[in-house]
Amino acid sequence: MKRSDREKEASRRTISRRGLLIGGLQLSVAGTLMWRLRDMQLNQSEQFRLLAEENRINLRLLPPTRGLIFDRNGILLAGNEQNYRIVIKRDDAGDIDLVLSRLAQLIDLSDDDIERARRDMLRNRPFVPVTVAERLSWEEISRVAANAPALPGVTPEMGLSRLYPLRADTAHVVGYVGPVSERDLEALEAPDPVLMIPRFQIGKSGVERMAEDSLRGRAGSQRVEVNAVGRVMRELDRVEGVPGENVHLTIDARLQNYALERLHGLSAAAVVLDVTNGDILALASGPSFDPNLFVRGISGTDFNALLENDHRPLVNKTVQGMYPPGSTFKMVTALAALDAGVTDGQERVFCPGHMDVSGNRFHCWKRGGHGRVAMVTALSESCDVYFYEMAQRCGIDKINEMSTRLGLGIRYDLPITSVAGGLNPTREWKRNNRNAEWRVGDTVNASIGQGFVLSTPLQMAVMTARLASNTAVLPRLVRDPLDRAERTATSLDLRPEWLRLIRRGMYDTVNDRRGTAYSSRVVAEGQAMAGKTGTSQVFSITRAEREAGIRRQEDLPWNRRNHALFVNFAPVETPRIAVAVVVEHGGGGSSAAAPVGRDITLAALNDGRPPLSAYPAPQRNRIQSEQQNMLERLRRPEDMRVSRA
Amino acid sequence: MSYLEYNTKSMPRGLAKVLYLNWPLVALLIAVAFYGFLMLYSIAGGNLQPWAEPQARRFAFGVAIMFAVGFVPLWFWRSIAGVAYVISILLLLGVEFFGTMGMGAQRWLVIGPFRLQPSELAKITTILALAAYFDWLDLKKVSHPVWVIGAAAIALIPALLVLRQPDLGTALLLALGGGVVIFAAGVHWGYFAALISAGVAGVVTVMSSRGTEWQILKDYQFRRIDSFLDPSLDPLGAGYHINQSMIALGSGGWSGRGFMEGTQARLNFLPEKHTDFIFTTLAEEFGFIGASSLLVLYLLILGVCMLTALRTTNRFAGLLVMGVIGNFFLYFAVNMAMVMGLAPVVGVPLPLVSYGGSAMVVLMFGFGLVQSAHIHRARLPS
Repeated sequence: MKRSDREKEASRRTISRRGLLIGGLQLSVAGTLMWRLRDMQLNQSEQFRLLAEENRINLRLLPPTRGLIFDRNGILLAGNEQNYRIVIKRDDAGDIDLVLSRLAQLIDLSDDDIERARRDMLRNRPFVPVTVAERLSWEEISRVAANAPALPGVTPEMGLSRLYPLRADTAHVVGYVGPVSERDLEALEAPDPVLMIPRFQIGKSGVERMAEDSLRGRAGSQRVEVNAVGRVMRELDRVEGVPGENVHLTIDARLQNYALERLHGLSAAAVVLDVTNGDILALASGPSFDPNLFVRGISGTDFNALLENDHRPLVNKTVQGMYPPGSTFKMVTALAALDAGVTDGQERVFCPGHMDVSGNRFHCWKRGGHGRVAMVTALSESCDVYFYEMAQRCGIDKINEMSTRLGLGIRYDLPITSVAGGLNPTREWKRNNRNAEWRVGDTVNASIGQGFVLSTPLQMAVMTARLASNTAVLPRLVRDPLDRAERTATSLDLRPEWLRLIRRGMYDTVNDRRGTAYSSRVVAEGQAMAGKTGTSQVFSITRAEREAGIRRQEDLPWNRRNHALFVNFAPVETPRIAVAVVVEHGGGGSSAAAPVGRDITLAALNDGRPPLSAYPAPQRNRIQSEQQNMLERLRRPEDMRVSRA
Repeated sequence: MSYLEYNTKSMPRGLAKVLYLNWPLVALLIAVAFYGFLMLYSIAGGNLQPWAEPQARRFAFGVAIMFAVGFVPLWFWRSIAGVAYVISILLLLGVEFFGTMGMGAQRWLVIGPFRLQPSELAKITTILALAAYFDWLDLKKVSHPVWVIGAAAIALIPALLVLRQPDLGTALLLALGGGVVIFAAGVHWGYFAALISAGVAGVVTVMSSRGTEWQILKDYQFRRIDSFLDPSLDPLGAGYHINQSMIALGSGGWSGRGFMEGTQARLNFLPEKHTDFIFTTLAEEFGFIGASSLLVLYLLILGVCMLTALRTTNRFAGLLVMGVIGNFFLYFAVNMAMVMGLAPVVGVPLPLVSYGGSAMVVLMFGFGLVQSAHIHRARLPS
């Protein structure tokens, strides 16, 4: 439309007026924006800068390499194995259920594994990688890698996991590692942050647990820059961790292997000590178990099988098992009597086969009695009545004093779990625990290692070593590589003439035709041993049973049979080793324990394999076939290579 | 206004028009576009691909469009305003039936090799149509209810069609852009006062419709409102964008973290860092100096255009320029307010800086119209 000049001017004025208004409004909005920008960028920039840093920087712990465990010769007992594992990041995976179910079609995953992985993922922040499966084969890893496009967030990784190359051999000594549990964390006041790494493993038993602090090492840390989905873009800096220290045990892996295999089929324990310095050369508890099962996460069925086995594979019988020492205790009673001066050792005591003490009849194991016996014969033929007499003369206090002096009833400080202290029963102990006064009958029982007396196989071995060396031998399991000098043990100050009697008794036990362990003698030059058998009752024989006639051990159910024990040292002339063997419910010490003790002793003296020539000629055929059978089970030397330089 | 009204003798002709271009505006636009190239280059980790180079090419194309549009006499644009408006409405309807889904909404129309966003086109045609409408309308009738309703209809029809796509942000910008022209035309205050009251009532109604059967907005739009009101409500979900954006922006400080050193952008904490959130990257890497200087450039563009609007006696030209700069202002103000946590997250790009074709072309077309108004303004006969 054609407008007049006046109208044009009016329109222009309106537009200008309104335009300026709009402009003013726009300026004020822009001012607000500017003010906001200034507030955020100048006043609050520090906070935002901090938030941005928190966004991008992630502190990661680098788990330290766990220290290795070696035997005394450098054979690897616990090592770290490189393995392939599968980790998942929740962030990248998206639908974790879908990814896990696809993964389960490619590799072997149990429902438990899947559930645990799910739980780990939900508990951790979304970009934290969670291990789903470990110890995968190369084939499995390849399958996963080939299907990577269908498995978002899944990455194969290489890692270290604990491996016990000798499997069951040292399970009870070395122990095993396992994932950190809630209970482990609660037990610690200030837990090492490295424990929070999912699936980080710590020692659960044995040396692995007791030497945890030095084996673990210190975690390193790494600051990484991550992007919004948690992917690591670059490393900012890194502090290397300190690998765990290696531990060198006194155990001789070859001997340990032999000892454990010698106990095959038995529920038994065998301890071999170096008499000169207390080094524990073998600590075998049979049956054993494969500690690698625990590292991988033992299945319910496997674990129940171990728990329900009546031979109790999980128990370390060498230090945990407490047994009445039976006749192996007689050296203690004999020395107590000599020390008290109540006999000279040559004096003879008449054994009619029993002794009546305050109205109770105490029997000798030999129904007809031994006749007149002196100390040496009493030991070698294991006459009970002789020691009933000696114990009554010197009293329980003297016996306890000698028992402690010889290393019984003491809890040794070894880096393995559940070391038991045994029991030297005193008057006070009985008052406190049985709420009764000590009676002469108790002393009589104690004199032959029955009644309340309890010892562990380790303690019996220590006692034997002390008898052999007359020094206060202390057992040790860890060799300090810096401490090369042999320890000088303090002398026991037992008079040589007493020890001569005791050692003679022990020598005759094995080497005298009438000795209880004569069938387990050694004929090799310079390897003869001195020992003592023991048979300890598990259940006291009731009067009714006795009247019905003593039943043969073989007729009893296994778990009611007597424990068989044997302690010895060898060689007799210059003792090097002391051995203690306990065969649970083995029947009799001379038949069940002494042959085991002999074999292990010969193995210890002959670099892990007993020579046939050391056995008496008539036994060699039988021994040879036994050795043949065993050879198949023994670990071959090439499987036990020295890996330490 | 017909071409007869022009004092053709005083109009520049042919290539002489180049001399009469609003060169300060051209310079400012190029300066702003360079901010964009720089940031797109930085976000791509120091690469021209995939964003900086296509953007530069598009901008060059946009400048060409601006010149072409600017050289065309203004009366031509007035005469085609109605037709252009009807075509853009038809295109919006076309999106309704043939549109392609993208970003959860029907926004694109694919015609041969072109992907067209009719809502962008509608912004310019609505302004054109309203400017022409008020130019045609007798000055005395401007505030007459019947004619005001007519004007409102022109602004609201495309807005409602866009809202159905659904694209709340663009719909609001369309309506507001139209509102600027209506306001500048001199419509009575009362209408605006009434509209604002109605708007407040409307917001209350919309918010109270939530969860009922007649819910007006989509759930995601409600969630955006929630996260706008309290971004910390859901730091990993709806509020994530705003939180991360504010962190990036605030951490810039005075002079920024340095070119290509912005961690939030480089490590992908920022969402849509090359499009809607590009201002955050600028603020992170160049700090207050960089961010505020861009804001100043925008204001200078507004000012330069405003001068053109104030100096013309031509009613169509004045209203058109007011509309174009009003629309331009809404773009950057809403975008900046959004990334600073002052406005909800609506899909509005930062004009000339964000990566994207449709918006750039339409904006440059709008500035072409400003140039046309500048070149062909009424002059005293020499």
